[in-house]
Amino acid sequence: MTTKNVHVKIGEMTTQAGLIKNLEFSIGKIVDESWTEPMGPTPMPSLTTLRDWDMKLLNKYKPFYMPDCDLCCLCTFGKCDLTAGKRGACGLDIAAQSSRIVLLACSIGAATHTAHARHLVEHLIEKYGRRYPLDVGGLNVKVEAPVTRLVTGIKPETLGDLADVLDYCETQITHCLSAAHTGQEGNNIDFESKAFHAGRIDQVGMEIADIAQISAYDFPKADPEAPLIEMGVGTVDTSKPVIMCIGHNVVPSVEIIDYMKDSKLEGKLEVVGLCCTAFDNTRYYNRAKIVGPISWQLRFIRSGFADVVVLDEQCIRTDAYLEAERVKAPVIAASEKNCLGFKNRTNDPADEIVADLVNGKVPGVLILDPEKVGEVAVKVAMKIAPLRRKYQNLPSVEEIVALAKTCRQCNMCQRSCPQDLKIPAALKAAAEGNLTLLTELYEYCVGCGRCEEACPIKLQIHSFIVKAGERCMLEEKNYCRAGRGAVQDIEIRNVGSPIVLGEIPGILAVVGCANYPKGGKDVYDICREFALRRYIVVTSGCAAMSAGSYKNEEGKTLYEEFPGEFAAGGVLNVGSCVANSHIAGAAIKVANIFAKRSLRGNYEEIADYIHNRVGAVGLAWGAFSQKAASIAAGFWSLGIPVLVGPHGTKYRRMLLGRADKPENWEVYDARTGDKVNVGPAPEHLFQTVETKEEAMVAIAKLCIRPNDTWKGRSIKLSHYIDLHKRYYGIIPPDIHLFVRTLADVPMTMKDEIIRILEAKGWKETIIPDPTLLPRMVRKKKE
Amino acid sequence: MSCEPWQCAEIAATKKANPISKPEVVVAMIKRAAHPILIVGSNATDRWLEGKQLIEYIIEFARVSKIPVVATAHMVGEFLKRGYEPAGFMSAMDIGNRLVDPNWQGLDGKGHPDLALFIGLPYYMESLILSGLKHFAPDLKTITLDNLYHAHASWSFPNATLEEWANNLKVMTLKFKEEGGQ
Repeated sequence: MTTKNVHVKIGEMTTQAGLIKNLEFSIGKIVDESWTEPMGPTPMPSLTTLRDWDMKLLNKYKPFYMPDCDLCCLCTFGKCDLTAGKRGACGLDIAAQSSRIVLLACSIGAATHTAHARHLVEHLIEKYGRRYPLDVGGLNVKVEAPVTRLVTGIKPETLGDLADVLDYCETQITHCLSAAHTGQEGNNIDFESKAFHAGRIDQVGMEIADIAQISAYDFPKADPEAPLIEMGVGTVDTSKPVIMCIGHNVVPSVEIIDYMKDSKLEGKLEVVGLCCTAFDNTRYYNRAKIVGPISWQLRFIRSGFADVVVLDEQCIRTDAYLEAERVKAPVIAASEKNCLGFKNRTNDPADEIVADLVNGKVPGVLILDPEKVGEVAVKVAMKIAPLRRKYQNLPSVEEIVALAKTCRQCNMCQRSCPQDLKIPAALKAAAEGNLTLLTELYEYCVGCGRCEEACPIKLQIHSFIVKAGERCMLEEKNYCRAGRGAVQDIEIRNVGSPIVLGEIPGILAVVGCANYPKGGKDVYDICREFALRRYIVVTSGCAAMSAGSYKNEEGKTLYEEFPGEFAAGGVLNVGSCVANSHIAGAAIKVANIFAKRSLRGNYEEIADYIHNRVGAVGLAWGAFSQKAASIAAGFWSLGIPVLVGPHGTKYRRMLLGRADKPENWEVYDARTGDKVNVGPAPEHLFQTVETKEEAMVAIAKLCIRPNDTWKGRSIKLSHYIDLHKRYYGIIPPDIHLFVRTLADVPMTMKDEIIRILEAKGWKETIIPDPTLLPRMVRKKKE
Repeated sequence: MSCEPWQCAEIAATKKANPISKPEVVVAMIKRAAHPILIVGSNATDRWLEGKQLIEYIIEFARVSKIPVVATAHMVGEFLKRGYEPAGFMSAMDIGNRLVDPNWQGLDGKGHPDLALFIGLPYYMESLILSGLKHFAPDLKTITLDNLYHAHASWSFPNATLEEWANNLKVMTLKFKEEGGQ
């Protein structure tokens, strides 16, 4: 796309014009215009370039704020009490403050992904050079970076091009963050628009990170048949030395795997991972193993299985190093972002570091050279494993019974538990020798450890739960498909029409973290329900692990039961957090490849297309992080609705439509310019759902789009009605809002629905060519 | 009984719920309200009091008090299974969002609710919705009928045992039985 930093120096040159001596010049960028797609109106948008688009969405889906805190304590004027309409010393009210926190969360998320991308790209450029070509899927993927093309107008071809795109992302994130300073933005809706902008940038940052690692590390390239990976604590051969990698940045893990292979130690030690590093390890090396989602950290470390713990970045328990120390497992901190107070040993000889860790001279080290991390981790694991003998920090059953007798039943553990788990009752039973209730908590515990922090007598309650659930833990032997990366262009061609016309009832993206209200089984149940209904089910991150952690009646995991194609009834894992960009990318590619809409710097038109035509919905059932917030913001900005589980309420702001206000649901018919009421489709942009059952009904409903053909709408309504009847016991009372012509009504329910339509005074409307953008109207009104 | 938030970190700043000293107070407040509603969450089938599901207590209470019930999540199906038809059902977010809209005229279109009672939502969800209402629905009074103190409500029972909770619900129901509902 571009060549950056061209530097020309001419010592002496004779030309017809004369003699040139000591000429030296630099050019920042040379733009290569071999990409023939015309530039759209908004390449590299600034904070306000897409403000009008954001306002359209924010007018349709107004924020509903639920402040988590009544105060603002961000400057020394404060603390300011913002309760019920009071403004703080800076003039901000609680609505603006709440949206400011949303912006901060999204900016932190975007910064985290983008910094991750920057580290990866710089490392890979150092290793392979700026001209190293990108290859996301060979001939199957011509649109290699749909998000980047859409947002920036750049078509990256090399690692060096990615670095240029990151320059833009970093600038924008800085602007977003700066808007949150005291005395900057003052309007809540403008804060929201900026949060959307952070989300757009986040999607670019994620895409850059993933296409860089796919290309350079030869991860599966848009492969529907990416290998099945062993997953679960029970798959780890604990008789071998075990290196556990936690976090999201695969660079140090790659070096561990390479060193292990180069040293002919393959098969002699286990490289396992938690969270997204686990996914990316397995994309690089299919004999690596996934222990589980991020909330498994404490249970795995305390169980003593890990001989060496390697911490890279993001979502790591910041006390993981202390936990590791308790089981005598040395720690290697491998990221600048996460130094943990360890001495920087990057420049020390590897064998000296190994000796210090094996001898217990130091509990951990900071090593910022990934290759050295690889060497040290492998050597330490091989040497220390026989000495540690899987020393663990779990009590015996007898100890649990004895310690449970000391419990004061003060309830502080339950009151500190995010799940409100009935721990005191379980401890009371344990004191009487019955561990059944403790065992039952194992599935629902999110592993936060707050119960232990709250206990006045410092009982290791989480360890009690892990010990009680040890049998379940050791039996966790499942399969997860390795992250396949992008969706192929040919897959988009095959499904573009049925998606846009509504005949594939929807795309369900089940993503995010593992802060589940009632265990991971809900994720499996939801994915399976919609795969059986022939939706396209896409997974990523910790949710992808949970989806694969349960089996059907034939003993098959979800990834064994369903194909990995982007097709009706497929269940595909795109990969780690940063691979979420491929989900947005797939929606964008539908507009580009199927509908032939130009991508380049053409954000508003493509988002308008997706919002009105592509029946996609995201579900982050256990979302907890700021990254999850920014990922969601990227989808909101594209007009794709996102659902979160009940803990998602704590994001403290929803974006809700009002089905009872018909005036909110008008679009332009691009054919005529007429305004047409299309009903609440989709009804919300960001919504918390309380139960799995509510989630299922909401998913089916949120896949409805104004553009559905009668056949597509009929299919979508049949799923919505069926799930509504199953879980709510009745036919949806808002069904009349989604029927435009009688042909929309599912055949098998015709009589029942027509009665409702008559009772509601329903009138037939047209199916428009929907758009929210007046400029997209082809025939102007006289 | 304590007036500390049940989940320790769910604290409020300057405006905290008044404790309800006895259940009869709630009955009096409901009777004074012009447009009360009762919002029932998904714990209604998860909580058992004296061998009976919470939803059974709620149905009895709703029948005699005649307060319109809004069921959240999938609770409408649970009510219908038990022969009780709630006045409405919608997601907890939707009802919260409607309550902060001063122009919303309630489920029956006869006027914006002036009193919203909550019971049976996950604690943290209820806490946040109550916070939203505290900040953005200044004319609305909120009461939680749970046995857990909610700092963001206008009125809340202190933290109480299941037995005390069952007793509170029974007393309120009996009072309405004796005196008639809304």
